[in-house]
Amino acid sequence: MGLRFSDALVTIASGAIFGFGLAFSTMIRPESVIAFLTLTDLGLLLVLGSAVAVNLIAYQLVPRLCQTTLLGDKFQQRPFVLDKQALLGGVLFGLGWGLCGVCPGPALTGLGAGNPDLLIALAGIFAGALAHGLWAGRRQG
Amino acid sequence: MAFFPNGIAHYVIGGLLIGLGVAMLYVTSGRPGGVSTFFSAAWSWLLDRPFFRQKSFLESRGWRLCYALGLVAGGALYVAVGLPVSPSAMPAWKLALGGVLIGFGARLGGGCTSGHGICGMASLSPGSIVMVGVFLTTAIATAWVLRALGI
Repeated sequence: MGLRFSDALVTIASGAIFGFGLAFSTMIRPESVIAFLTLTDLGLLLVLGSAVAVNLIAYQLVPRLCQTTLLGDKFQQRPFVLDKQALLGGVLFGLGWGLCGVCPGPALTGLGAGNPDLLIALAGIFAGALAHGLWAGRRQG
Repeated sequence: MAFFPNGIAHYVIGGLLIGLGVAMLYVTSGRPGGVSTFFSAAWSWLLDRPFFRQKSFLESRGWRLCYALGLVAGGALYVAVGLPVSPSAMPAWKLALGGVLIGFGARLGGGCTSGHGICGMASLSPGSIVMVGVFLTTAIATAWVLRALGI
């Protein structure tokens, strides 16, 4: 739990570069995302493609060249199992994304860039995650 | 270029920076930098229910909070250096309802545009590639229907 200072600093910096890029790409503006989803400006594909290209190097090459990360930790795998529930989650996420043009990263960064309306979206995301946890917790018994 | 009426430079440069931030997190700490888990893990500070007290949330909430604060700071920095932001006028009800769907859906679906879209795709995870197809298709269909209805 206790986060090393170097680790905390690098993590904040990673988030800040990510956020700066989100703002630069205009994806913090819900209307830009909707313009993509209605296929009037396909810019989001370039944003996603560029981000994935950089990370193909990070995820495919770096773990093969280095035993540990720069801070001496293990490279972690994303835990994910594709099942019916996950697919339903993807559909619900898509409905929300298509409705308001916001997703979790841009909601945080857009708030930082001075759009207070995104507090409403963030409250909604927190509420949705809470509802999911209460529901999933009950299913687990 | 009808596909890109606003040019392409800011999209490519922005995307490379987004990628750089996510890659930096992975190369330094080995963590896939998905954003949406933060919104579940944060509840572990307030609630005692077993779901929110699960080990993976307790172990990751510290760095996830740093990462989220970094994302906010990145937006503030962008404005502080004098770069332009166009105003947005998304209706509050869309942000509220959309937010709930996004929060619930991302957690049920095991990730969002950053977790599946960037980290999962860069991991060449077949499941993540399917998920991106599912939420992208659903979102495009939703936006088209709403536009056709004039909502």
